[in-house]
Order: sequence, then C-alpha cells, then structure tokens
Amino acid sequence: MRDVAVIGVGMQKWGELWEKSLRDIFTESAMLAIDDAGVDHIDSMYVGCMTSGLFVGQEHLGSLLADYLGVAPIPALRVESACASGGAAFRQAYFDVASGANDIVLASGVEKMTDVDGAGATYALSTAADAEYEVYHGITFPGLYALLAVAHMHAYGTTREQLAEVSVKNHKNGAKNPLAQYPFEVTVDQVLNSVMIADPLTILDCSPITDGAAGAILCPLDMAKDLSHKAPVKILSSAHATDSIALHSRQDLTWLSAVAKAGEVAYKGAGLTPADIDFVEVHDCFTIAEIAVIEALGFFEKGKGGTGAPSGETAMGGRIPVNPSGGLKSKGHPVGATGIAQIVETVKQLRGDAGERQVEGAKVGMTQNMGGTGGSCVAHILGKV
Amino acid sequence: MAGIIGYGAYMPRNRIKVEEIAKVWGADAPSYKRGLMLQEKSVPSPDQDVITMSVEATKHALTRAEIDPSKIGAVYVGSESHPYAVKPSGTVLAEAIGATPEVHCADFEFACKAGSEAMFVCMGLVDSEKIEYGLAVGADTSQGAPSDALEYSAAAGAASFVIGRDPGVAKVIETYSFMTDTPDFWRRSYMHYPRHAGRFTGEPAYFKHIMGCAKGIMAKVKMEPKDFAYVVFHQPNGKFPQRVGKMLGFTKEQIDPGWLSPTLGNTYSGSSPMGLTATLDVAKPGDMVLMVSYGSGAGSDGFVFEVTDRIDEVRNVAPGTRELLDKKTYIEYGTYAKYRRKIRMGE
Amino acid sequence: MSTSAKYWRGIPQRYRLEAEKCTDCGAQFFPPRVVCSGCGGREFEEIKLDDRGKLLTYTVIRVGPSEFCEQTPYAMGIVELEGGVRMTGQIADVDFDDLEVGLPIKIEFRKIREEGEAGILCYGYKFVPDK
Repeated sequence: MRDVAVIGVGMQKWGELWEKSLRDIFTESAMLAIDDAGVDHIDSMYVGCMTSGLFVGQEHLGSLLADYLGVAPIPALRVESACASGGAAFRQAYFDVASGANDIVLASGVEKMTDVDGAGATYALSTAADAEYEVYHGITFPGLYALLAVAHMHAYGTTREQLAEVSVKNHKNGAKNPLAQYPFEVTVDQVLNSVMIADPLTILDCSPITDGAAGAILCPLDMAKDLSHKAPVKILSSAHATDSIALHSRQDLTWLSAVAKAGEVAYKGAGLTPADIDFVEVHDCFTIAEIAVIEALGFFEKGKGGTGAPSGETAMGGRIPVNPSGGLKSKGHPVGATGIAQIVETVKQLRGDAGERQVEGAKVGMTQNMGGTGGSCVAHILGKV
Repeated sequence: MAGIIGYGAYMPRNRIKVEEIAKVWGADAPSYKRGLMLQEKSVPSPDQDVITMSVEATKHALTRAEIDPSKIGAVYVGSESHPYAVKPSGTVLAEAIGATPEVHCADFEFACKAGSEAMFVCMGLVDSEKIEYGLAVGADTSQGAPSDALEYSAAAGAASFVIGRDPGVAKVIETYSFMTDTPDFWRRSYMHYPRHAGRFTGEPAYFKHIMGCAKGIMAKVKMEPKDFAYVVFHQPNGKFPQRVGKMLGFTKEQIDPGWLSPTLGNTYSGSSPMGLTATLDVAKPGDMVLMVSYGSGAGSDGFVFEVTDRIDEVRNVAPGTRELLDKKTYIEYGTYAKYRRKIRMGE
Repeated sequence: MSTSAKYWRGIPQRYRLEAEKCTDCGAQFFPPRVVCSGCGGREFEEIKLDDRGKLLTYTVIRVGPSEFCEQTPYAMGIVELEGGVRMTGQIADVDFDDLEVGLPIKIEFRKIREEGEAGILCYGYKFVPDK
C-alpha cells in the first residue's frame, strides 16, 4: 500500500441554499478542491451521500456528478453509510490511491436537504435507523439520541447543563468559521430554553438541516510535491467499524462500540494514542453524541464525557480541542458531506490555514464520522508532513 | 351445554365529563346528568380502536379461560365501528391471539347488539359441536355527532368471551331473540355519524324489544325476576336500564353491579357484554344471571346464565371490569376533539 | 404506496412477540435471524417473549414524523422484557412526569400507524405502565 496525502480541499458556505441544486453545490465544492490542489485532472471520484433519492429524488449520483464536473468517463461512485457516507467516501478514495489503482482521486460528499419539507427531512433521516423495529414505532433521530442521553444521564449523572455546554462550545468555535451555517454564539440558557424536540434535547442540542458539499483531492504522498504547491497532509490511518443500527440491540446503551473500535484501529494504524492527537473533529449531530464519542475515542473516561465542555478541556486551547470548525452543530450537517468537511477542517488546521480558529502548533488531527446512532463509524488520523 | 369459559373487558383510560361537553355547546349539564344519569364517558386514544380493544379484552378472557388459543374454532367481533369498511377486524384478533389458521371468522354488525350476536352464534356452534371453543367480542369506539345528545354517551370499550362446553364460569341455560324492523337509529354508508329518531328510540324501540325479549326468555325457562341474582341490560345511558329493569320487576340491587353506563357511557356493542363481565366479577357460584342486549333496527338477544364454581378460581387472574373503570385520566374537549378526529387536518 | 407485504411479514413479531433462541448458545433474537450473531449458530427454536419488562431509557417525542403528528407529544422508550430481549416502542397511557428508568411496563396491542386515509392500518406492541 502506498502512503497517501491530501493535497486539496474545498467547501463553500453551508446553509439553506435555496437557489442551488445538488449538482450545483457538489460541483462548486469539487472545483474548489481541484483548484486548491492545483491539479489539471482527476482519475476517479467518490461521492458520499446518504439519501439523495429521498431528498431530491435522484440516485445514480456518481455518473451525474462526474458529468457535471466535466470529468466523465472516469470511474465515479456514490458511497453510502448514512451520516458517515462522507467519511466512507474518503476511505474509499484513500484505498483507491493506496492500492495503486489511481493516482489523483476526488473524495467528496454532498447533501441537498431543503428540497423537502420538515416532515420529509425527518423521514429521510430516519431511514438510517432500523425501519421495521425503531422507525415503525415513531422514533426520530432526536428521539434516538434522547434515549441515549437519558441512559447516559441515568448511568453517569451527566447533566442537562453539560449537554448544553457542548452546543455553547461548538457555536463559539463556529462563530469564527465563515463557512458555517450558524456562525453565532449561544448561551447555556438559550440552549435550555429553546424549543423541546425530544426530551431532554432542545432544538439547540440538535444539528440543523443543511445544504452543503465538500471535497478533497488525494494522491500518493511521493507524488504530492510534483502535483501540487500546497503542503501535503498525510493520511496516517483510516478505520471503519460497524455496530447494530438498532440502539436497543446494544448491551450498553451509552457506549458507542463502533466508535471505540474505529478509534482503536485508527490509533493502532497511526502508531499513536489519544494523547498524541492535537485536535479532533467529531460527529456532534446532537450534543450527547459528542459526549459519548469523546469517551469512545479515549479522550475521556467512560461516563466522564460530560465534563469535557464545562471544564474547558475540549475548548480551543484546552487539553483536546473538539470540533474547532464549530462541529455539525454550528457549521451545519448536510449528512453526506459532513465526513468530508471534517477532513477539510483538519487539513486547514494542519496547514496552519484555519485563521481565527487555528489550533496552535497542530501536527496531528483526527476525524470521526458516524452513521445513525453509531451503527457505523469512520475515523481518520491525518498528520502534518 | 355451552358456557362461558373465560371473560374479559377492556376500556381506554381517557374520560370526558358531561360538564366538559356541555360547556362547549352551551348546554345545561345538570339536566343532562339528571336526565340521562350520566357523569362521564370513556374516550379512545388515537391508537385504540375496535381491533386493539378486542385483542386486550380477549387476552384477559384467555387468561381466565386457560385454554390453548389454537383450539378456538370461531372468532366473531361484533361492532358498529369496525376500523375497516372492508377487511375483517376478526382476522387481526385471531392472528394476535394465535388462533389462525384453522378458525372461522366473521365481523358482526347490528347496532348495539352485535356483541351479543357474536355470543349467540358461538353458543350455537358449540352446542352443535361444530367447534370446541368460540370467541365472541363486542366492542365499539362509538361515534356521536358533535352537540347531539349521543355525544354525551358514545363511549369506547370491549368485552370478550371464550365460549365452550363445561366446565366454564357460567353455563348457558337458555338463549332467546326478539326482533322487528324498527328504524330508530342508523348510519348510512360513507356517513361519519349515526342518526337517530329522537324519542322514538324509547318506547317502540329500546323498551319494547328489551321487555319482549326479557319476558320471552323468562317464560321459556319458567323464571321470574326474583329468581335471578343479577340482571344486565343494554345501557345507552344511565337511565334506560334502570327504568326497564323496574318495569320488569327487577330491583336496583340486581341491576347495579353490571350498571356501568353512568361512568363509562354507552359502549354500543360492548355495552351489555361489559355489564355481564362486571357482573361475573361479583357473582357467586349458583347465581342466576339474565342478560338482555338491545340493538337498534331493532332487536334484543336474551341469555340466562348459571354461574359455576370455577368463577372463584378465575375471577382475580385478570383485571376486573370496575378495576379498569377506575383507572382514568380526564381530558378536555379539545383533546377529545383531536383524539376523535373532529378537527380537520390539513390534508 | 402500499406496504402490505412488508407489514404482513412482520405480523408474528408485531402481534405475538415471536422471537427465537439459538440452540447452541441460548442467545435470544427479536426479530428472528438466520445466523446467531453470538456464536454463528444456525439452529434456532421459536420462543414467545414475555409481555412484561422494565424501562431502560425514555424520551418524549415533541416533533414526530408526519404519520405520527396527531399523536404528538408521545413517549418512547427502550424496554428490557423479562428474559432479556430489548425493544423500542411507544409508551402509552403514561403521565410524562411518571417516566423513569426502571419503570415496570407491560405490552399492549395498539394501532401504531395508518398508511394515509385510505391505506392499511398497522398494529403492534406498545408499552403501558404496569401498575
């Protein structure tokens, strides 16, 4: 296997992009990544997308988007693993390059979520859960994470305020991210007193509905200097793990074992430990998700994840800055694009290009992207060369 | 001889008070309460219908019957609010209790006596030895048009009976039916609410048929009101069953154990069958019980039961009818209107 | 869109709580599986789940999917039945203030959803407080 580097990243401002279609937002971000790398062609491409069929009535994305990007007839494939689709697409691109099959590969992610109404979006997202034994009964994603939250609060004494602090911290980071959908700060009071969605989670505990896309250009590390003027960022490891998609099937309702497994494999692949990671972009689709993930990744003891945000340990300048980009909460969560956006942020941080939200001296960054309630998880560790 | 092997009731937890309904229509609650002898009625939640209530009542009946459900040869659900216009309620019930596939199934409709019809037919099939056990259910989520007098009484509930041969909890001593064509209450196809003929529903309808049926069956078994420990009549409101009982010569003590309507309302096809389950809850071995249903259109089914020793063994293994009646949550008219789909949604 | 076949296929589970037990390692599965995820066994015996259990976690859905809109707000939870099998479902007839981890529940047969005004009615299990 060849060592692989990321030489270009691209992402436009996320939000409710009423005037743009899925193919528009994909193409814009892909062009930004290609231009950032400075390459004149790509050999193959992967598109992470959860459910364009339900959101915009369009499947067969690989070919459609290759055509609109003007790169047909190269091989182009859509990759799906619910909200981890972006991370999974990046991993496929990594293998494509590492295996020697292709040299310059686009890993991208896209989701156009606002072409359906709220009920339509709720339904589309719910398909990431067990359709016959969870969704049939009326559960929603906020509902599933609320079940996880109540179990966590009951088992470990995690508090409602600790959940709110995750949102406050991520919005504080996101306020410095010009590409974020909601680049403003919120207070604990605002989180606690916003509209209840699924007790105990309020709307400010939930990541938003977002239109957005992101892209990254991968190539063999030893070709990076010839292909691009940008400082290459090396992919130190890539990991993927699965778990039951039905939350109720897990022995410990508070423990994300796919996240733990992906983390373990990623650390081992990179020869690193959690202590070696300078910052991490995690999948905070709900505030409780960040708490459970930072435990599963080994940054906090099991049951202690709730202390991360209030203690400042996960803040910028803290022991392990979590979600410098603002996370899914502030930056937005166009589901299939999220995993790639995490890569975009990590590459910017490792290049030292993150502006006001730069993690000082960052050399190693990690991304963690999960599907459903943790039924799938993709993790990557990237390092400055 | 056919008998009741097991019995069970079920009703939703929601109740609405007469005052709450009267308030909306500017009606005089005290006069309704006095005139109809009604305090409150049960209201189904959006997730409860004839099928779900039938299943729950039947679970209680099967707990008392202690039989293998696959031996049930007939499943009959009587109701005027079957959830489907075409597709049986009984198939869902039979499947839910594990009685399929060797079972005969039909849904019955005869206004408020569809439940007793189901009992009647099961008893005949058992007596003729066509089946070993039959399941008879009377259940309704009754509809009354907003502001109509029926709105104060139309309620929800179910009673289920496993009918078989001895030893049961009550032997069927006699059955009898009394029927004429009397258009006192009806609902045309595709109409949401039933219509009724006002005071015509009284003397020529309810009273005539119940009196005729009760007198007929008592003559058949050569018994008088004083020979019965208890009597159960159809209960369209609180007043009618007391009045018809008095007219026939029964005492309040004989009527009251099965007199549920003041705090339950009229559960239509479930009405007299639930009165019977409540009566069996308190009956002693050897007690004679008379039940007379009434269904508009119009007719009555009469049954004479003799309670057996087994009643004492099974009475408390499943919830009693009044125990269920006491578990309640009051709702306001707005919630009631939402639950009963009286609010047009933006489809 | 009719989903009769999909609904019908699940009737033994939704109506009667039919599950299975691996004859090799004893692991219970609801719904039934082809391969035991515990030991890889492929032989199972059919079992019927107990209809009582306790609540492991819960929430109240305030914003529901469109076919559940008329039911909102409604409580949902994960229940562990006696015997150990866990399942997700709605908790009916409960005052939200009474929801707590460990709440004893029993299963009741309820209508879960409707496929629009003209479609099939879908039934199944819900949880109610067992008291």
